[in-house]
Amino acid sequence: MKIDAQGVYYRDLNTKIREAVAGGADKIDLVNVNGQYFIGDGINKPVTITVNGVPGNDLGAFMNGATIIVRDNGQDNIGNTMNAGKVVVHGHAGDVLGYGMRGGRIHILKDVGYRVGIHMKSYQDNKPVLVAGGKAGDFFGEYMAGGVLVLLGMFTDAPEKSKHGFRFGTGMHGGVIYVRGGVDEAKLSTEVGVFDLTPEDRQELEGYLQEFSKDFKLDFKEIMREKFVKILPKSKRPYGNMYCAMPR
Amino acid sequence: MKKKPTHIFQKDISNCGLTGFISKTGKLVEGEVIIKSISLMHDRGNGLGGGFAAYGIYPEYKEFFAFHLMYESGMALQLTEEYLEEHFFVEQQEDIPTRRIAAIANPPVFKRYFVKPLETADYKEAVEFQNMTVEDVIVGHVMRINNEIEGAFVVSSGKNMGAFKGVGYPEEIADFFRLEEYKGYIWTAHNRFPTNTPGWWGGAHPFTLLDWSIVHNGEISSYGINKRYLEMYGYLCTMLTDTEVVAYMLDLLIRKHGLTPELASMALAAPFWDMIDTLPEDERQLLTAIRQVYGSGLLNGPFAILFASNEGLIGLNDRVKLRPLVCATKDDFVYMASEEAAIREICPAPDHVWSPRGGEPVIAKLNPGVF
Repeated sequence: MKIDAQGVYYRDLNTKIREAVAGGADKIDLVNVNGQYFIGDGINKPVTITVNGVPGNDLGAFMNGATIIVRDNGQDNIGNTMNAGKVVVHGHAGDVLGYGMRGGRIHILKDVGYRVGIHMKSYQDNKPVLVAGGKAGDFFGEYMAGGVLVLLGMFTDAPEKSKHGFRFGTGMHGGVIYVRGGVDEAKLSTEVGVFDLTPEDRQELEGYLQEFSKDFKLDFKEIMREKFVKILPKSKRPYGNMYCAMPR
Repeated sequence: MKKKPTHIFQKDISNCGLTGFISKTGKLVEGEVIIKSISLMHDRGNGLGGGFAAYGIYPEYKEFFAFHLMYESGMALQLTEEYLEEHFFVEQQEDIPTRRIAAIANPPVFKRYFVKPLETADYKEAVEFQNMTVEDVIVGHVMRINNEIEGAFVVSSGKNMGAFKGVGYPEEIADFFRLEEYKGYIWTAHNRFPTNTPGWWGGAHPFTLLDWSIVHNGEISSYGINKRYLEMYGYLCTMLTDTEVVAYMLDLLIRKHGLTPELASMALAAPFWDMIDTLPEDERQLLTAIRQVYGSGLLNGPFAILFASNEGLIGLNDRVKLRPLVCATKDDFVYMASEEAAIREICPAPDHVWSPRGGEPVIAKLNPGVF
């Protein structure tokens, strides 16, 4: 099913999408999208929505099981508090991706902005995974509480920039970050440390990256050619003693 | 005649949307284009402020300072015109053309004057004995009109440029000021969402001085210290909104103190001390000096700003990037906006799109020799 979004106000577009989902559509093609907010928000059916154009902020927020494929760049706040499902962006994306995300996948082909994966969390079988193929801004994995972040630094429009920014892992107290080709330790926050991958880690990571490679038709072997490092928090409560010592 | 403050608020927290572009070869672009871009971000504002700055719109008067004046009363108009007659040669004066539209309630009166300072005794004293430039004299007059004439506000005062702003959504303000009738080589636009200060006509963006204009998304929480610092140099804040300090700070740093736009950006969004410590020795010394000298010029709090002058357009984020800013290039055009979609609306297939990192200025200057 095709919906023309040319000049359509975001609220009207999202009403049309929800009606199509309620009507049982399993594939929705949005054409001429430009800047409409909240596309795919709260959708809890396994529908595939393809976005042609640049979707507005908060794409896939609170999404629960749908798949969104963006054929262009994305903006800020993709997958805010997403519960399940998948967002695939065939370009770059903005700041605050996967905010409080607690399940599902986000695959961004190219660069990502600031505060990516902020306060991602996981619980039992719910384990969110966000993979960025390009470079990232500051505060990558800020306050991260669970889930998996992967940064490849490979597919970028900014070859002159460093792979990741400052304050990497600030406040991180759960979950794991994998980075291809190592990290700049001077830019890590004091709350995290760098480790080698275990065979189990490697197996898990390969699973995520096989799926990532398939989504963008990339060479999986090329991605795995470089060594990956693992970033983990040193403590589950990094600020427990910030104001006064915690009672034991 | 000292005016009593009508509001006790000091600053403004806002969501806001901004957009702007420059043709580096000086191509004149119709107002329609910037209106289309800012209208896409309609929902970033709440109808309490919209505004535009346009450069290259008055080529027939490009030797004259173009004063855009806003009057809240007939008395303000009369007093200001007497003041202008006394200090300026007025080449041309006229109402700023407006269109009566339903969306704009009770607009103030807008007039524009194309002026040069008269060689009065005061002027000679200032230029010959106090080492002031003609620009310094203009700044002094702008401050006096804003501060001493109740109900009169200078909306802009640069050459071959103008600001148009008011209470309404930006597309309504554009309609009111008939902006589709102007052509410029730099345009900026703002959609306001005021929270801490009133949505009044003078509080809409851009804020200007001479040919500087600023549009801003964010909150300058250092407003108090910036304002007091600027007062030492004769800049008086009268618009009740934080962004005003940025316009005056740039005038001080770039025009008065001779800093390059790059250095001025470092003063406004200086890196943290622990990052400065990791830099090579010469850069460390430079940034240490800037932070020491311009500590009171540092802008704290979240911001994305676009500042323009007759020479170019610059975009800048706060150092931890708490507000969005996206840039793009296409041929000789450079675009900057809060959302990529606002750029793609007027430039569907840019050559390059990127998000600058916090504190990293994006500087797009007119090509040398264009004007």
